[in-house]
Amino acid sequence: MSEKNGIKVMRFDLQVISSWIEPGSRVLDLGCGRGDLLYALQKEKQVQGVGLESDEEKAAFCISRGLSVLNENFNEDVLSYPHHHFDYCVLSQTLQQVYEPDKLILRLLEIGTKIIVSFPNFSHWRVRLQLLCTGVAPKNDHLPYEWYNTPNIRVITIKDFKRFIRTINATVVKEVALNSQKNERFGRVIHLLPDWRATYGIFLLEEGER
Amino acid sequence: MSDPRHYFTFADNGEPLQLDCGRSFGPVTLAYETWGRLNPDKSNVILILHAFSGDSHVASHDDADLQANGPGWWEAMVGPGKGIDTDRYFVLCSNILGSCSGSTGPSSINPETGKAYGLDFPVVTIGDMVKAQKALVDSLGISRLYGVIGGSVGGMQVLQWCISYPEMVRAAIPLATTMRHSALCIAFNEVARQAIMTDPKWRKGKYTEDDPPELGLAVARMIGHITYLSDEAMHRKFGRRLQERDDLSFRFESDFQVESYLNYQGTKFVHRFDANSLLYITKASDYFDLNKDGAPAINQLAGTMTKFLVISFTSDWLYPTYQSRELVQALKRNGCDVSFCEIHADCGHDAFLLPDERLISLISGFLNGAASDE
Repeated sequence: MSEKNGIKVMRFDLQVISSWIEPGSRVLDLGCGRGDLLYALQKEKQVQGVGLESDEEKAAFCISRGLSVLNENFNEDVLSYPHHHFDYCVLSQTLQQVYEPDKLILRLLEIGTKIIVSFPNFSHWRVRLQLLCTGVAPKNDHLPYEWYNTPNIRVITIKDFKRFIRTINATVVKEVALNSQKNERFGRVIHLLPDWRATYGIFLLEEGER
Repeated sequence: MSDPRHYFTFADNGEPLQLDCGRSFGPVTLAYETWGRLNPDKSNVILILHAFSGDSHVASHDDADLQANGPGWWEAMVGPGKGIDTDRYFVLCSNILGSCSGSTGPSSINPETGKAYGLDFPVVTIGDMVKAQKALVDSLGISRLYGVIGGSVGGMQVLQWCISYPEMVRAAIPLATTMRHSALCIAFNEVARQAIMTDPKWRKGKYTEDDPPELGLAVARMIGHITYLSDEAMHRKFGRRLQERDDLSFRFESDFQVESYLNYQGTKFVHRFDANSLLYITKASDYFDLNKDGAPAINQLAGTMTKFLVISFTSDWLYPTYQSRELVQALKRNGCDVSFCEIHADCGHDAFLLPDERLISLISGFLNGAASDE
């Protein structure tokens, strides 16, 4: 993303996430990468942001562009913030790479008033068809890895995620299913048959049952 | 080229410096150097704090100075267009209280006796060093420090500055440092001190300038050097290679390159450093503890407006990354705005002094960013 441009040229799912965040709020971005979301939020919504990024090069890039970022994994210590310290915790396209996603979501509901989670939908029809027809683990533009080197160790579908949320003390406040490729700036919202047609799901969650 | 240092003397007219040990002390002289220009509202000041054996010569001032006084200890970082850009910032560095590169220390002449202080010099703390620096900063009419940066014992001073004068510091960069000395650090320092104090020439600190405890000081420096390096770096630099010989000598000579290197470093150090200063500065760093049980001083940072960038290095075993993480946790607990990066480097604790593109871009970018949200 070019530094002169803001929200408009971010990855499409980040544009959606950004539109859900109130100006001036406190945001924790887990796995913030090179900080595109935090940078745009800071510039355009005067958000107080903190990023976590385990990759040294990416974390250093974030810090050099003026963001407050910790070069850390998400462990207990790192996530030890007071109750609802943040207005939003953002987990964008990271959940599928986490070893204990259930514990992480519960922890985030503790430290954030709202949490925003986005992940690739493994039940997209192409993925289903690939597995059905070829019998090998699906590979495509947004899942470009082999089974033995993929960082995506958790296979999540939109339906799986919703079922999981029903089992914990949390409520889906907002949800959207999207179709866009991994690094694309454009995409569209899918209303019809999202389980089959969406490449990504984004959810806004709150603690407590409705 | 003449001496690039300036000298500031204070605490000399009935207003002595009140030290943490309870003694009042004066007069105090600090040697300091500056680079770049102070802007009209004096808002572009970067204070650099040197490590244990450092001095005010952070970088050379021009070609003539480079010829005469050699490169500074952070030549790659500080200068026009560099990471800490002297075209933009007014950079200030002073030799610490207790040292021997122009500032008052145990080798300075006690005006009451006309002789060097020796062990009559008070045991000073990191807090005392910072208090003295504050007097210097005040004397220059500077009321705000845009950045305070230092590594190792310099990093301790960075943290102490933020605690002692929180309203003055905008951006703080403690590098390769700790909130408190571990038992390991204290142990190495004690061995270094014992090396000096058991040298017969030390004479309870009353040695003369022309007959110092050279052997003890050299051994102390050798110990220090080992802790600044790392297993990987020593393996890469020396391995088991022999020094100017093809076979083992079967005598107690320097067979290996690493031995010869340490001997060289030890001997070289004797010419530029004072043995008593080493005792005092290592003591000050051993006493440093911002995380004391009961009332951790680090908690005084709650609500501070200072932005922090904590940096550690993977192979630093003197102040390992876990200690920087503890610092980051403590800052977070106190609601501070903190960034943290662990840089991959195989050179051990010394890494913060070596040219490193990542370190340079982190520091310059962080300083930039601290400006934008002012």
